[in-house]
Amino acid sequence: MIIVKKAGLLTSIQDLGRRGFQKYGVIVSGAMDRLAHRVANLLVGNEEDLPTIEITLLGPTIEFQQDSLIAICGGDLSATINGKPIGLWRPILVKANSELKFGACKTGCRVYLAVAGGFTVPTVMNSKSTYLRAGIGGYEGRPLRTGDQLSVGKTGELSNRIMNQLSRFFTEDIVEEKWQVNPMRFFEMKRGQAVRVIKGRHFHLFSKESQDTFFQNDYTISNQSDRMGYRLKGKELILSEKEEMISEAVNFGTIQVPADGNPIILLADRQTTGGYPKIGQVASVDLSILAQAKPGDRIRFTEISFEKAQFLYLKRERKIHELKLGIYLKYS
Amino acid sequence: MEYELYPLGEDAVLIELGKEINLETHHWVQMITGLLEDNPPEWMIEFIPAFTTITIFYDPFKIIKAFKTNQLPYTYVCQQINFLFEQFNFDKSTQQRLVEIPVCYGGELGPDLDIVASVNQLTPEEVIQIHTSGDYIVYMIGFAPGFPYIGGMSEKIAAPRKESPRLKIPERSVGIAGMQTGIYPIETPGGWQLIGRTPIRLFTPEANPPSLLRAGDKIKFTAISFEEYQALEKRIG
Repeated sequence: MIIVKKAGLLTSIQDLGRRGFQKYGVIVSGAMDRLAHRVANLLVGNEEDLPTIEITLLGPTIEFQQDSLIAICGGDLSATINGKPIGLWRPILVKANSELKFGACKTGCRVYLAVAGGFTVPTVMNSKSTYLRAGIGGYEGRPLRTGDQLSVGKTGELSNRIMNQLSRFFTEDIVEEKWQVNPMRFFEMKRGQAVRVIKGRHFHLFSKESQDTFFQNDYTISNQSDRMGYRLKGKELILSEKEEMISEAVNFGTIQVPADGNPIILLADRQTTGGYPKIGQVASVDLSILAQAKPGDRIRFTEISFEKAQFLYLKRERKIHELKLGIYLKYS
Repeated sequence: MEYELYPLGEDAVLIELGKEINLETHHWVQMITGLLEDNPPEWMIEFIPAFTTITIFYDPFKIIKAFKTNQLPYTYVCQQINFLFEQFNFDKSTQQRLVEIPVCYGGELGPDLDIVASVNQLTPEEVIQIHTSGDYIVYMIGFAPGFPYIGGMSEKIAAPRKESPRLKIPERSVGIAGMQTGIYPIETPGGWQLIGRTPIRLFTPEANPPSLLRAGDKIKFTAISFEEYQALEKRIG
């Protein structure tokens, strides 16, 4: 069992999303930074899709009622356990009654807390993700609040083996694994580099000037940005001719442009369909970087071909697969 | 059947079956929906039917692993779709369900019925008569869980949206916006003119499927009294 002593800004249970129900208008939801969520799970010996806690900007305070194997991945919100700073992207064994706290936001804005065994919440439509707007899934369909108690699932064999190895050093209240995953190995992108975008199927409908603008000018993530999407501010994008669009499916990372000319990047809590022209699609491999961007951050777009983007997607998946095998072998 | 394929990100392919909303294109969308439901390809995660398109989601990494192909997963999926469509006998007529939706019109459940009547120079009774006699079809579900995009409303009862939207439209409200009629499955803000409410739930997360309506359904609205509404609402809970 874990107890939420302080809720934080927006702390919710997420997994890899609710699939199979979009045809009924049910959104996918799930972790914003899917890479961080998946790696956090792998580091504690879980399957990738077990629910983690998604933490946003101002972190919660969480007490572990029993000895727990945890991992914290994503942004750096100055995590401490019992007052001691702890490392990200590695397995950590904590003693019962330890307290996890977060402080200043150093990099990124979303953190994923995985615990071996996952958090036990009901499965609603194939998923344990919180669908905040409809009040479905996760913990009672809502963000975590002060006083909430979450039970932890049964740990699997791999988790037990990781715990056994770490517990040999269990004289302190925390044992941090000495090695860590270097998240940079998953990114093809350096800090400050432009976000790669595949041209959308309506790209050609934009004026020549807007087409150039889109790939040359900076955009600022506005305050009206949330899990549903980031509204961007910058030079307005216009269609060369006014056109009535027909609603159709959208995807994680679809960039659509409403009539006001300010692009919106659709994210985890996007609606299933949209009726605005699609100027682009963020390459999957750059979505984690975007999920860690916050209001006020400036971004720039650069073009990538669809073929290259799908190639990089496969390359990333192979690396995650290797990490999974590596962890399995290390603790066998 | 003519169609074009477009990638929608690295894990989805959008099939475009037409350029405008009409019954013929809708029929194609429905036939492909039926095909995908009856014979779901192994590589498919899910699909979203819309007015003129169907989008299929897939797992590119699984395709590489399971089918040992050297092709780009997108190329593989496109070939599979072409093959599937070539093999399929599209002459089959699709089964259309008829779903009856009882509505209590006017009063506090439909506070804008009089507005819709007056902008069209009709009596409220005439609005109800026209709304209940239409042949409606659900083109797609989207915008909110279980929310149907309904075609087929008579232009005689069209009405502009409210100038300032309501902050809360109660769930199960039936409304009109422009040439469209619709039903709100969950409480949301919105600018529709509300003409009534149905006691029937359109979205039930615990049910499978969670949505009362599916794309392709025909809808018949029937008028019920406030007493009947209350009795039905109580029974459904």
